[in-house]
Amino acid sequence: MRLRFLLGDVWVGLRRNLSMAISVVLVTMISLFLLGLGLLAQRQADVMKGYWYDRVQVSIFMCTKESRDPNCPTAVTEDQKANIRAQLDQLKPLVKDVFYESEQEAYDRFAEQFRDTPLIGNIAVGDIPQSFRVQLSDPSKYDVIASTFEGAPGVDSVTDQKKVLEKLFSILNKFTRYAVALAIVMVVCAVLLMATTIRQAAFSRRREIGIMRLVGASNMAIRLPFIAETIIAAVVGAAMAVGLLFAAVRALVGDNNRNVVLNQATIGAADIWHVAPILGAMAIVLAILTSTITLWRYLRV
Amino acid sequence: MIRFENVTKTYPRSTRPALDDISLEIERGQFVFVVGPSGSGKSTMLRLVIREEPTSTGSVLVAGHDLALLPPRKVPRLRRQIGTVFQDFRLLPNKTVSQNVAFALQVLGKPSRTIRMLVPETLELVGLDGKGKRMPHELSGGEQQRVAIARAVVNKPPILLADEPTGNLDPTTSLDIVRLLASVNTQYGTTVVMATHDNVIVDELQRRVIELDSGVLVRDEAQGGYVLKNPDEEAVAPELPENDLWANPDADWADDVVRGDD
Repeated sequence: MRLRFLLGDVWVGLRRNLSMAISVVLVTMISLFLLGLGLLAQRQADVMKGYWYDRVQVSIFMCTKESRDPNCPTAVTEDQKANIRAQLDQLKPLVKDVFYESEQEAYDRFAEQFRDTPLIGNIAVGDIPQSFRVQLSDPSKYDVIASTFEGAPGVDSVTDQKKVLEKLFSILNKFTRYAVALAIVMVVCAVLLMATTIRQAAFSRRREIGIMRLVGASNMAIRLPFIAETIIAAVVGAAMAVGLLFAAVRALVGDNNRNVVLNQATIGAADIWHVAPILGAMAIVLAILTSTITLWRYLRV
Repeated sequence: MIRFENVTKTYPRSTRPALDDISLEIERGQFVFVVGPSGSGKSTMLRLVIREEPTSTGSVLVAGHDLALLPPRKVPRLRRQIGTVFQDFRLLPNKTVSQNVAFALQVLGKPSRTIRMLVPETLELVGLDGKGKRMPHELSGGEQQRVAIARAVVNKPPILLADEPTGNLDPTTSLDIVRLLASVNTQYGTTVVMATHDNVIVDELQRRVIELDSGVLVRDEAQGGYVLKNPDEEAVAPELPENDLWANPDADWADDVVRGDD
């Protein structure tokens, strides 16, 4: 089959069946858009992990005079602090870095962060305990630090900033799951619609197909126009889905572009370009599978 | 060219065989009439030759190939060796005469230079030169059948099957069409097998006649006329399976190319 004849056939087929072709394009677009959103949410989580895990710290708060923890009969002593420091040093290389923050420094940082709020009047030096800020080489090994220092003499509590991030990640994970579940439903719709469209297209061209069989056109020559039409519709749908993803990402995270810190922790155009080939490949695979199976099932050649 | 060896064909929903132990040979370049009342197995014979149906028992050989051993993917290659003409013409209504003929070459991937050369040549052969731009509905029945014949022979197949090609035509036109088939037979050396129950034509041309009755070969004359043994006794046509190239001519012949939900 000559390329020009094939393309002419495809063009006539698409034009004759335009409303069906458009519906295949739109349904494919929505299903791949949802799938793309799911994939992007996952990338967003990865980006945030990469960015924040380097920066999250485990804080070991020392006892103060006011501590109500049973582990804190008195405020922490210098010996206890030295002990903790020594133990932290022994935990290298898991412990990458240790900062000590005195009560004065803690107060100054708080005062700096909340300088324009009335909160500052309610806090005095000594209200925020002194602490060791520990940076881990592997942030997931928070438990090692917690079990070592929780209940150690002079330690009030051990907190992990990662816990806060985990909550965010679980939200993103949930979002991914919903998006992918919806995408699967829409993919099923797309496949069924493609199959119906092909059957209708085959029916509207049944005379041509009958003649083709009679004069000995190969099975491929009979099927190729239908497969090509489905691929074209699906790829157009995928391209539109990628366009929608750009619009969605711009709407959701575009405003943060001025914020340098957040910008480094959010997805952008580069991530969409990573997802786009997946969506395109998916569209082509779906189109080929669906049309081949439909034609094999319904078209006598 | 075409050989039937003890061929029996029974359709799935039928008790009586449509063809019953048929053995015959049609040589290259022959012009053969297949006659017999409706339901005698004429169409079934032709259907077996293009392997639209498999035989129940026995074997059909076309150009030396046993069709029972032909894998499905090679069926198109077989059909390229065979032109087929039907009672209901089966032209594409939205294509011109030339486009209808060219279509048969295009779908085989022939280069457009070849197509531009062969189509007018073939239209001239069938007596339609100058009518290439007409639409099928602008033509008479006889002219439409000429287009169908042009389409069947444009690829110069060694075999031409015609299933009641004159069934929808008046007697004079019918004779013209059969003369055209005869001239294709002599000019190209094409083996022509024509199923018919048009006695005038058969008597006029005096060619080989194969007569079937209820699926049984009852006569094979080298130069015969149209004599039916029991002309009153009309057998019932077998129920054809769905999606068949030989659909009932009253229905839209192409309706069954696309299957239903079953």
